[in-house]
Amino acid sequence: MGWLQQALAQGRQAGGARGQPRAVVDAAAWLQAGAHLAAGNGTLLSLWGEAQAAHLCILADADIGILTLACPAARLPSIGSLHPPALRLERAMRDLHGLEAEAAADTRPWLDHGRWGLHHPLGPKRAATPGAETKPYGFYGAEGPPMHQIPVGPVHAGIIEPGHFRFTANGETIVRLEQRLGYVHKGIDHLLTGATLEDGAKLVGRVSGDSTVAYALAFAHAVEAALELDAPPRAVCLRALMAELERIANHLGDIGAICNDASFSLLHTHCGILREQVLRAAERAFGHRLMMDRIVPGGVTAELGRDGHAAITALLATIRRHFPALIELYDSTASLQNRTVSTGILRPELAMQYGAGGYIGRASARAFDARKLPGYAPYPDLTFEVPVRQAGDVDARVWVRIEEVQQSLSLIEQILQGDRAGALRSNTQARVAQPQHEGLALVEGFRGDILAWVSLAPDGRLARCHVRDPSWLQWPLLEAAIEGNIVADFPLCNKSFNCSYSGHDL
Amino acid sequence: MRKLLLESLLQLPLTERAPAPEAKDLADLARNLGTAARRRLGRSLAIREVDAGSCNACELEIHALNNAYYDVERFGLRFVASPRHADVLLVTGPVSKNMREALERTYAATPDPKWVVAAGDCAAGCGLFVGSYACVGAVASVIPVDLTIPGCPPAPLALLKGLIALLDAKRATPAS
Repeated sequence: MGWLQQALAQGRQAGGARGQPRAVVDAAAWLQAGAHLAAGNGTLLSLWGEAQAAHLCILADADIGILTLACPAARLPSIGSLHPPALRLERAMRDLHGLEAEAAADTRPWLDHGRWGLHHPLGPKRAATPGAETKPYGFYGAEGPPMHQIPVGPVHAGIIEPGHFRFTANGETIVRLEQRLGYVHKGIDHLLTGATLEDGAKLVGRVSGDSTVAYALAFAHAVEAALELDAPPRAVCLRALMAELERIANHLGDIGAICNDASFSLLHTHCGILREQVLRAAERAFGHRLMMDRIVPGGVTAELGRDGHAAITALLATIRRHFPALIELYDSTASLQNRTVSTGILRPELAMQYGAGGYIGRASARAFDARKLPGYAPYPDLTFEVPVRQAGDVDARVWVRIEEVQQSLSLIEQILQGDRAGALRSNTQARVAQPQHEGLALVEGFRGDILAWVSLAPDGRLARCHVRDPSWLQWPLLEAAIEGNIVADFPLCNKSFNCSYSGHDL
Repeated sequence: MRKLLLESLLQLPLTERAPAPEAKDLADLARNLGTAARRRLGRSLAIREVDAGSCNACELEIHALNNAYYDVERFGLRFVASPRHADVLLVTGPVSKNMREALERTYAATPDPKWVVAAGDCAAGCGLFVGSYACVGAVASVIPVDLTIPGCPPAPLALLKGLIALLDAKRATPAS
């Protein structure tokens, strides 16, 4: 029995109807879990708060479990002081719920910029301190005569999301990058509390618009786990189809945009054409270019007609015809390789420590994919590989994307072959009038694993819903990967990470 | 690379015909711009995009305007890197409280005459985020808006129609 199993067995059992168990533990066991995480005996999946309780979700060996600590005095021992990946999650939990991590290594506010008019919106609300919005944020410095600071954002030069980057540079070389995020915080946790499942699905589908399918899928899985319900086989099949289309569209966009940030616009143009064709096929097949609101708890709302089937088949042929020449061009253009190879290296130890998902982790040797572990239908029945690279540079992150596009094309082909007519949706209404239930889901979005946890109230509404974007565990790694690179390579490195601002700020 | 360039040269353009702006948009704009625009800026508009709390879906579709199918630059519409170079602010999102000041300062940094386009349901009316402690609401509650383009997110064609309407209305405005 692994340490996580033991900790779960020793605590008081709670929730967790299906699969992933949850146990209420004491402060000693909470700290013990932190020590195990710090020792590398597990991966932090998420840390989130509730009124007077904190939850810690951990992956150890092949087990996933949630430890809950009651915090009646709104204080808890800090996991972040033992295991840095938890730091920002603890800061966010303090800002939202007023739960204070004791002796935390970083006590600065994170999501709360002092502009909400109140503090701890999801906990014991407190009116904002006057002047909180003008209080300067204490950026970490780097001392020495040649150092200078470059502030960037929140409004950036491109068509991208807002966030602030504070560079400390020695000449052209970046000595320290510090991020300040939270600008697009929209209070989604608050809006989800008490929402109906229908409204909840819509909101979660707008946590990060580029991953709307993956988010809707994670939410649907979590709700279905809570209700002990399965989506019909046809819906499972269409969901995977949408998820792989979304992955291809985003990867194509990213590959082009990374090359564009290395001033190689030809690839950007061609990848942009292919991406547009994916979105048009998605619209023909599912009636929405980004496939928003197509996945709901219980099933899907869109039918794939004969026209949609034809559109996706034609799309596969187009990408297979044009993509190889683009890969060849990427691989054989020395000026482009000169920019991407050995730039922005993320060390495998860090990727492992932070449990970095998606292309970021996989380009740095961490072969994690939620479609394989914990795995969910229909992927166990499909054949695909998880591409992994060791170099950890921009080039490796491009290659992982390229190989994932190829895998997704094959997955779509397999899904279409197995597509049989059938029901699109199971009834969630019949199930909701049951006592409080909860469910956890881990779904592989294009950016990495998205975690969703829901707890349902007896009236069938959401009592609490927590979604964790992969970016929470990836953003801090960009700070590490950029060190020692030149300022001019930052856009390239940033694009190769392509972390979500909205998904993180929530 | 030569092969790819040659193929592109020989094939027909992917770029599609320009959509006609909606008559209603044009009428609204002509009214708004009649007093606002006192001189012509030529046949082009420089656009600065500002994400004021969007989920990034609107940004994806705004990006698509630059691809070969929509090729927004053929209309003289150009995305610029600074508000100081811009004629138009294209704003998305339900204006989060944490972005409000940045949006106001971006507006202040944009030289006159200037126009504001609120793109997407959130920017037009707060979308699903009504009632959040963290959102101000529609863009119009923070800075004056000349045109709203609804949609969640608005498709590139809808964005293009709106922006062309802006360009046409501006042309129709007499020079001083």
